[in-house]
Amino acid sequence: MSADAVVRTARSRRARLAAGDVVAWICGGIIALAVLVAILGPLLAPHDPNAADLNDQFVGPVAGHPLGFDAQGRDLLSRLLAGARTSMLGPTAVVVLAMAAGVLAAVTAAWRGGWVDAALGTVMDVLFSFPGILLAILASAVFGPSLWAAVIALSIAYTPYVARVLRSAAVRERAQEYIAAAEVQGASAVAICARHLVPNVAPLIVAQATLLFGYAMVDLAAISFLGLGVQPPQADWGVMVSTGKAGVLQGYPAESLAAGLCIVVVVVAVNLLGERLGERRR
Amino acid sequence: MSAPLLEVADLAVTLPVEGERRTVLHDVSLAIGPGEALGLVGESGSGKSMTARAVARLLPGGAAVTGSIRFDGTDVTALRGGELRAYRRSVAMVFQDPRAHVNPVRRIGDFLTEGLRLRGVARAEAARRAVAALADVGIPDGERRLRQYPHELSGGLLQRVMIAAALLAEPRLVLADEPTTALDVTTQSEVMAIIDELRRERGLALLFITHDLDLAAAVCDRIAVMYAGAIVEERAAAVLHDDPLHPYSAALAAARPAVDRTLPRLAAVRGRLVSAFEAPAGCAFAPRCAHAQDRCAAELPPLRPLDGGAVRCARAEELRGRLAPQEVAGG
Amino acid sequence: MAEPVLEARGLRKVYGDHVAVDGVDLALAPGGSLGIVGESGSGKTTVARMIVGLTRPTAGTIAVCGRDRSQPARGTAERRRRAREVQIVFQNPYASLDPRRSPADALDEVLRLHTDAGADERRARIAELGELVGLDERMLRARPRALSGGQRQRVAIARALAAQPRVIVLDEAVAALDVSIQAQILNLLADVRARIGVAYVFISHDLAVVRQIADETLVMQRGRVVERGPTEQVLDDPRDPYTRLLRASVPGPGWRPVRRGAPTTGGAT
Repeated sequence: MSADAVVRTARSRRARLAAGDVVAWICGGIIALAVLVAILGPLLAPHDPNAADLNDQFVGPVAGHPLGFDAQGRDLLSRLLAGARTSMLGPTAVVVLAMAAGVLAAVTAAWRGGWVDAALGTVMDVLFSFPGILLAILASAVFGPSLWAAVIALSIAYTPYVARVLRSAAVRERAQEYIAAAEVQGASAVAICARHLVPNVAPLIVAQATLLFGYAMVDLAAISFLGLGVQPPQADWGVMVSTGKAGVLQGYPAESLAAGLCIVVVVVAVNLLGERLGERRR
Repeated sequence: MSAPLLEVADLAVTLPVEGERRTVLHDVSLAIGPGEALGLVGESGSGKSMTARAVARLLPGGAAVTGSIRFDGTDVTALRGGELRAYRRSVAMVFQDPRAHVNPVRRIGDFLTEGLRLRGVARAEAARRAVAALADVGIPDGERRLRQYPHELSGGLLQRVMIAAALLAEPRLVLADEPTTALDVTTQSEVMAIIDELRRERGLALLFITHDLDLAAAVCDRIAVMYAGAIVEERAAAVLHDDPLHPYSAALAAARPAVDRTLPRLAAVRGRLVSAFEAPAGCAFAPRCAHAQDRCAAELPPLRPLDGGAVRCARAEELRGRLAPQEVAGG
Repeated sequence: MAEPVLEARGLRKVYGDHVAVDGVDLALAPGGSLGIVGESGSGKTTVARMIVGLTRPTAGTIAVCGRDRSQPARGTAERRRRAREVQIVFQNPYASLDPRRSPADALDEVLRLHTDAGADERRARIAELGELVGLDERMLRARPRALSGGQRQRVAIARALAAQPRVIVLDEAVAALDVSIQAQILNLLADVRARIGVAYVFISHDLAVVRQIADETLVMQRGRVVERGPTEQVLDDPRDPYTRLLRASVPGPGWRPVRRGAPTTGGAT
């Protein structure tokens, strides 16, 4: 038994060393930069992102316009910088909403067990069966197409994923003797969950949140691409991929490529970081 | 003693942990003759399980081994391929947790006959032998048991199945690593009786790893006591409890409460257990020892013969006869 | 016996169609020590969980200091009062502490819950509890993962003592410890009882350990009490056949393992 323990630590330590921290730091840097741009983007933009000049249509990089212009002759760099805000804000809102609902459902199910657990499980299964995109179409039909309709639809669609993963972790933690000891100490259920249970599943919550951020960014871009999310002419990476498709057909893919690249870089950075955080738990 | 079946000499093992090499065993030497039972007794981190793993060639990857392990005259530390498989057939292992060592979705019959079938024994003959092996470990309705799954058996019954499986390979040495620790005390008594009886009947050698000095004394000829990766004493089982040579063996015996008399107070050993890698220079037990002197911290004495056994204590001769358990102990 | 500090009558717990505990009566004198002995499936741990309120009895009554606690507590005040009556120490030293909190944090949480003491007073009380169970300042500030099993069990005992309960239930509290450490904890438990007069319910499968700690002992088998009496009498002169079997199965000097009945009839166990 002691031998097994030694073998296990030997293995997990090796895994941790192999993971390395360089990648995590690079990913963290990229995300920090994206957040900074999201906050300061419009100030950083060298030109008005919505100022169109059809004379510049599909003009390539020139002095003062390092990425060139889009189909309506708007400065691409300025639109990317300005678009960072909705592109980052949307997924962040989805993550916050879905994580809040998911954690609440998971912890409630784990704590109460029995019929409460079963009922919540059924509700989550029902939600599971609706694809996020379908919910978004429904939401935009009801509320009109907008970023917030898409955000709410995706939050609902993601909640069961979060709840399902966290519930099993919360159930494991709930069975630990230190939780029972706190109950015998007379602490309230809410206090025990807030002080002991949630902090001890926090690494998994963080890992889930980062994964979700990536999914949300891609899904929101897809929804905007379908015309159900952020509405033109507002700058947004997802919208830019969509509006750029006209250029792609005419041999000018710069807009779609640049916006798509931004999405891919941020999503990959967030997912890699999430993976690292998830590994570190063990 | 005739030529030993298993002879371990100067065995040392290190494992890589957090980028550094950690000593888990240093200087383990022991010998088991054919048909002999040796108890390897120690607490957590003493290295008793690692010794068994080293003998069974089950050390984790990255382990560095020095010293020799000879089985029937052959050094097994360098065996590979077919030779290693042949060696493993002559050494059977019984573990603490039978459920962790049996595939839960396969029937008991498949588990028991697998090894025989691989050696070319016909299906019906393999089943017949499995039923006979189950009868040997006190499971009479073997045909029915062969069709059952592990979860349908209690822990005690499953451990008996594991013993039957170990014996089916017709080994010459059985390594039993805390085989009854997870069992209830009444079941432990039965399982130990089965191991003891079959071992004697078939003349098997036994290396019995346990934390329980009394249990080891009941089924072993000799006992080796381990602390922090080294053997500190080796004695005939019959005399170790009443006449220990090493202060740690004496402390281990005295710390255990007695079932047949009420002690005013237990003779606890001060301080905490140390593993081999964190052991101080000199005698690893010195910081906890009531008899330690300055020289104990200075150098680690070798294991040397004394009174028909062997001991690793600088003061063994002076302390002879003074370490016997006392009725009233302070501390 | 003086007015018992803990008294249970007709305790029964049924899970589905399985009767885990069947008609258990017990009484514990103030400052006394009651051993409950049994093997797996005997129901001893279920009894422990019912006494501390983690499991609700199907039938029967439990009273501590004369107040009934067979029903769930109503309200915060009632819940906390019960906590100041009975506490528990579990078996697994590696699961019984929040891995994110130092022993001092864990003790402080209990003190905040049960006293109005200010920060200085709580700090003094934490040091006092540490001293009582043999934990120094450095260990009190350490993360649980830096502590050994024996040290963690000392923390669990200090945490149980922090609310100044009348009774502590020890559920296999020394079973996971190595022999040399187990002796330290058993001596500590004896010292604590002598110093502050707390009563113990000591649940264990280990007869020798029970002998060391319990004045009175109950022997349980399949949910029922098969024998009870002063510990020495139960162990030296067992009346019930099951107690005799248990007693005969404990290894000791001169002991030999035995197969029950003929070698070929050892059926399901």
